[in-house]
Amino acid sequence: MSDLQQLYQTIILEHSKARHGAIQLTPLADAVALGSARGLRVAESHQINTTCGDEVTLRVTLGGDIDAAVTELVWTGDGCSISQASASILTDTLRGLSTTEARALLDNFREMLRSRGKIEPDEEILGDAAAFGGVSRYPARVKCAMLPWVAFEAAVIEAESH
Amino acid sequence: MTSRAPSSALSPARGAQHPELAPLTNVDVERIRNDFPVLHQTVNGHPLTYLDSGATSQNPISVMEAEQEYYEQRNAAVHRGAHTLAVEATEAFEAARETVAAFVGAQTDEIVWTSNATEAINLLAYSFSNASLGLGGPAARRFGLGAGDEIVVTEMEHHANLIPWQQLALRTGATLRFIPVFDDGTLDLLSAADVVGPHTRLLAFTHGSNVTGTLNPVAELVALARKYGALVVLDACQTVPHLPVDLKTLDVDFAVFSGHKMLGPTGIGALYGKAELLAGMPPFQTGGSMITTVDMTTAEFLAPPQRFEAGTQRISQAIALAAAVEYLRETGMDRVAAWEAQLGQRLVAGLAEIPGVRLLGPGLGVERLGLAAVDVVGVHAHDVGQFLDDAGIAVRVGHHCAQPLHRRLGVTASTRASTYLYNTTDEVDLFLATLAEVAPFFGVSR
Repeated sequence: MSDLQQLYQTIILEHSKARHGAIQLTPLADAVALGSARGLRVAESHQINTTCGDEVTLRVTLGGDIDAAVTELVWTGDGCSISQASASILTDTLRGLSTTEARALLDNFREMLRSRGKIEPDEEILGDAAAFGGVSRYPARVKCAMLPWVAFEAAVIEAESH
Repeated sequence: MTSRAPSSALSPARGAQHPELAPLTNVDVERIRNDFPVLHQTVNGHPLTYLDSGATSQNPISVMEAEQEYYEQRNAAVHRGAHTLAVEATEAFEAARETVAAFVGAQTDEIVWTSNATEAINLLAYSFSNASLGLGGPAARRFGLGAGDEIVVTEMEHHANLIPWQQLALRTGATLRFIPVFDDGTLDLLSAADVVGPHTRLLAFTHGSNVTGTLNPVAELVALARKYGALVVLDACQTVPHLPVDLKTLDVDFAVFSGHKMLGPTGIGALYGKAELLAGMPPFQTGGSMITTVDMTTAEFLAPPQRFEAGTQRISQAIALAAAVEYLRETGMDRVAAWEAQLGQRLVAGLAEIPGVRLLGPGLGVERLGLAAVDVVGVHAHDVGQFLDDAGIAVRVGHHCAQPLHRRLGVTASTRASTYLYNTTDEVDLFLATLAEVAPFFGVSR
């Protein structure tokens, strides 16, 4: 496989079209109120990649406990196939995990992406997100792959403060 | 060769500067390429195909040598000190101004050095802002703005010729209005006649679009502004490097351009202003080298251009830019323009043959700069750029600092190939052939 095929693995191209978890977001205030009535905490984060205009708004729903489960993940966005596929795979990968588990996985993902190809992605830990291994050889695209994950991090912090 | 007749962009005098030289051919261009070391390298296993000169151009050896020669033999602060090096540096610095001024048909004292075109526009905006506060006395009053005044731009502007005016409007209470563009990216001149009116104090527009490659009718827009006594600012970043431009013939009040887009180094640009206008303008940046007498509470300022050149100047960059201008002059701007017009038409003709590719801007046969921006339907521009880079082809992807124009044309980003005098027809053909492979690679059905 060429570097370019490594970068654009079939699973990435498929997710960039399938867009799991992508919906038309309802107004945030409504979602927060609705969640609150069910004892859930809802927050979202909007991230922009200024170099190319990729955009992701990711909305997180957490349970009420300490180290709560990520019960729901939805998003909307526009951008390159890497950023959009990353958001799609993120929702499949992190939904249902506890916030501690999700953060550990995210740290592993980030470390792999920033390794300039030195760290082989661990499929046991990352699942489908391991497909982004090829991105780490393209420093200019790491930001694209990280965009929804950064949004997830910020949204969880926000939800936990509720 | 495709003929081009930009009535407003070509001055007869400069157009005829090399009557003895035949039009450029691929053979000439191969010779020109030998002057540009950076072009002779391999990128991702392929020979570099550099099609991003609209963003920044490459430097010929003579430009780099001029900069090196300055540092090896003449480096000194200009306009101060009486030692030999200081005199030589000052002379070279001012000779560079003369060279660049002559290149655009300006008087030498009508060229103000800036860091780039963005700073040149900000210099204007802040000078006008200061005039609005009463600085500069009665002579500056004509530049002052307030509530009820209008600044007019176009919908195709680069952010550099938009945001400084937005901010000036916010600071002064003036209103910012814009002339819309048609679906093909050309200016709606009928609307222009409605937008520009008795309240218009300033009309700022680009000579040639960095996205659509369209050339604006300068004469018509200047005539419209004159009807209401409005000042005219021309963004000439995409034209001074590529076409013969005579600012006196164009009769604009101000113009800006950037050195790094015309074979020069980064960190140098120029503001052109009619002498009588610059003379009345208050300074933007203040400090050393721009004053006559100073006491603890007041200062008096030098005449232009020094009034607008506070602090130690970009000396080596100005000298290197003059070397770039010499390179362009010797090649002949009429020949450069004709060659790039040919490349531009070749791009447009080839793009029309690729299914699922939408050209932004006017189509085949319509005058344009030697560039083309496209939307590969279903594939994001960043992915298109990555695919091309893998083949050694350097293009620009994104909104090219023109978000409002992209929004107007219904896209968030595009892929732009922009040529210069060192690009061959083979390079254009390679770009077209590679672009045709993009949609199949990303599995986009046609």
